[in-house]
Amino acid sequence: MATTIDVPVPGNLVEPFLRSERIPHIWCPGCGIGTTVNCFARALLNTKKDLRKVAVVSGIGCTGRVAGYVKLDSFHTTHGRAIPFATGLKLSRPDIDVVVYSGDGDLFAIGGNHLIHAARRNINLKVICVNNLIYAMTGGQTGPATPEDAITATAPFGAYEPAFNMPQLVEAAGASYVARWTTYHVKQLERSMTEMLSHDGFSFIEVLSPCPTLYQRRNKMGDGLDAMKFYKEKSKVRHGAPTSEIGLTRDGEIVVGKFVDRQRPDYVELMRRQLREHLGERFINDGVPTCC
Amino acid sequence: MQSDPRGVLTGTHFLDGDHACCEGALAAGARFASGYPITPSTEVVERFAARIPTVGGTFIQMEDELAASITLQGAVWGGAKAFTVTSGPGFSLMMEHVGYAVMTETPCVFVNVQRGGPSTGLPTLPAQADMMQARWGSHGDYQIIALCPKSPQECFDLTITAFNLAEQYRTPVFVMMDECVGHMTEKVIIPPAGQIEITPRRYTTAAPDQFQPYATGSDLVPDVPPIASGYSFHITGLTHDERGYPSMTPETQDHLVRRLQDKILNAVEKITLTEEENLNDAEVVVVSYGITSRVAQRAIDLARAKGIRAGKLRLITAWPFPDFKFRALASNGVRAFVVPELNLGQMAREVQRAAGGQSRVIPVTHAGGNVHQPEQILRAIEEALL
Ligand SMILES: Cc1ncc(C[n+]2csc(CCOP(=O)(O)OP(=O)(O)O)c2C)c(N)n1
Ligand code: SF4
Repeated sequence: MATTIDVPVPGNLVEPFLRSERIPHIWCPGCGIGTTVNCFARALLNTKKDLRKVAVVSGIGCTGRVAGYVKLDSFHTTHGRAIPFATGLKLSRPDIDVVVYSGDGDLFAIGGNHLIHAARRNINLKVICVNNLIYAMTGGQTGPATPEDAITATAPFGAYEPAFNMPQLVEAAGASYVARWTTYHVKQLERSMTEMLSHDGFSFIEVLSPCPTLYQRRNKMGDGLDAMKFYKEKSKVRHGAPTSEIGLTRDGEIVVGKFVDRQRPDYVELMRRQLREHLGERFINDGVPTCC
Repeated sequence: MQSDPRGVLTGTHFLDGDHACCEGALAAGARFASGYPITPSTEVVERFAARIPTVGGTFIQMEDELAASITLQGAVWGGAKAFTVTSGPGFSLMMEHVGYAVMTETPCVFVNVQRGGPSTGLPTLPAQADMMQARWGSHGDYQIIALCPKSPQECFDLTITAFNLAEQYRTPVFVMMDECVGHMTEKVIIPPAGQIEITPRRYTTAAPDQFQPYATGSDLVPDVPPIASGYSFHITGLTHDERGYPSMTPETQDHLVRRLQDKILNAVEKITLTEEENLNDAEVVVVSYGITSRVAQRAIDLARAKGIRAGKLRLITAWPFPDFKFRALASNGVRAFVVPELNLGQMAREVQRAAGGQSRVIPVTHAGGNVHQPEQILRAIEEALL
C-alpha cells in the first residue's frame, strides 16, 4: 500500500497533507485556522509518523472543517462531540494517533463535559483548540472564551460573562500536556505540536487565532495583519507559568508557552493494569479486536 | 461467517432479558460498548463490563448518553462491532447521534429497554412508548430498523440479528426491549458458535486510489474503508457526495437522502420478521409486539375458544413497517386489526395507514406501568365484530 507522503513539492512542504481537490477552502482571508493547519502539517512531518496511522477528528464550526481538508483518515463529527468520538476510536485502535481539532465553543461549551472527562481519564488524545474567542461559524456569537467587554452578535453592548481560562481548566481536569500559542508564533506552535504528538496522555494546545470577519471587525481590531501585530505586541513567552495567572482579557497581556508537561498513566494503561491484577491470565489483552 | 467462540456462552441458561441481550451482543461479535447507567437497562452493560475482559475488548462508562452514543461510533470506525444501551431519557439524548450514524452509515446497535415516559416517567416500570421516537427521533428524513423481542431468548437472538442487519445495511439498528422483557428471567439457549451466523463488515476490496467511500452498487449500500490503511477517507455528517466530501447542492441532498431511505425500503420484505398464526381465516387480527404480544396471545386463545376467528400478527420487526403484510390482509377481508400496545396508540396509527381504510383498526391503549389484562384485548376483539 502506498504511504501517504509523496515527495514534497519544493516550496510547498505541506501540500501532500491536504486534499488539494477540495481547495479553495471555506476560510476567510486573514483567518488564522489555515495557519494552524500549516503548523500541524509541518509538525506531523517532523515526527516522521506513518500518516496512515494518524486520524483527525473535528467537531462542528469553522475550525471543525479542518478534518475535511487534511489528507488523513478524518472525521467531522457533531457539535461538541469530537472528543467522545475520538475516545472510541482511540480505545478501539490504541496504536493510532488520534488528534482532535476543534473550536473554543465546540470544545468548551457544548463539549465541555467531554473535555474535562477525557482529561480526567487521561485518554491519549492530542487536542488542538483554535480559540477565535467566538462562535464563528454561526456568525460571531458569545462563547465560553469571549473576553469581557468584547462585542459579539449576541452581546451587542459587550460581553459580561467571565470567560474560561482554558489552560487552567484542562490542567485542573488532569491534562498532562498544556500549551498556548497564537497564530503569530508559527515556529513555536509547530514545535509544540511536534512535542505534543510524541507525548503520551491527554494533551492540549490552545491557539489564539484571529477571526477578522466577525471578531476583529466588530471590535474594531483591524484585519488579519493587525491581529498579528496585536499578538506580537501583547504576547509574552512564560513557559511553566502557573495556569491560574494566564487568563485572557480583551486587550491585556497574552501569556504563551508550555505550562504543563507531566506523566500520568493513561486510561488504557490503568485499565489494563487493573484488569490484569484482578483477572491474571484470564485477562485478554488484545485491545479491541477488529471485526471480521 | 460463524461467530467467534470466545464470545459465545454455549449452553442452557436461566437469564433475564438484559443479560441475554448482552450475551447476544457478545455472540454477534460486539467487542466494544459505551454506556451511561439508566434503569431498567444498566444490567446489559454491567454484564458486558464483567464479561469483556476475558473475551477481549473494551467497555467504557461515559459521562452522559450524548457521549456514549458517539463513542461507540468512533470504535466502529476503528474496526469494532459496538453498541450502547439506554432507556427513555438517555434515548432522547442519543437522538443526534442516531442521525449521525444514519448519515455516515455507521453500522451499530442501540438497545432501548423502554420505561414509562415522558421525561423521567416510570423509571422501573414498562412501556412501549418510544416506538415513534425510534422511528422519527432524529431530525431529517431517514429509515431505521427496529426489532422487538418478547422474551429473554429473543433478547439474545434478536440482538444478534440487529448486529447483522446493521452490517448488511450499514445503519444503526434498535433493539426495542421494555422493562418487563428486560427484567424477566427465563430459559435461554445459546447455541454453539458454529451455529451462529454473523454478517461481516463490508470492507472494500478497492485500492485506495480507486476507492470512493459513498459509491454503491445496486443494493445502495457502500463498502467500508478500513482505518489506518492508507485510504485517507473522510466521514462527515454534512450532506456529502460519493467521495465523502461536503456538497451543499439540492441534487446531492436528494441523491443521498433518497439512497439512505431506499437502501432500507427496497429490502423491507427481507428485513421483516413476524410471527403469524391463523391469518388465513382470520376475521380479526391482533397486532402486537414485545411484551404485549404475550398478553395478546392469551386474549387470542380466549377469543378462539369462543369461536371467534382471531389471528395473530406479531411484529418482530417494527421498523421499517411491513405495510405489505397489512395491505395483503386488509384486501383479504380481515374486518379489523386490534392493536394493543403500552402507549396511547403509536403503532396503531401505522396499522391504520397501511390498512388504507379497508379494515377497522382498534387500538387498545395503555399508558404503561404494567401490562394489559387479556380481557381488555378480548373485549376489543369482540367489539371488532359488532
Ligand atoms: C447541536 C448543535 N447546536 C448548534 C449548532 C450550530 N453551530 C455550528 S458551529 C457552532 C459554533 C462553533 O463555534 P466554535 O466551536 O468556537 O468554532 P469556530 O466556528 O469559531 O471555529 C454552532 C453553535 C450545531 N451545529 N449543532
Ligand atoms: S468566520 Fe472567522 S473563523 Fe470562520 S473562516 Fe472566517 S475568519 Fe475564520
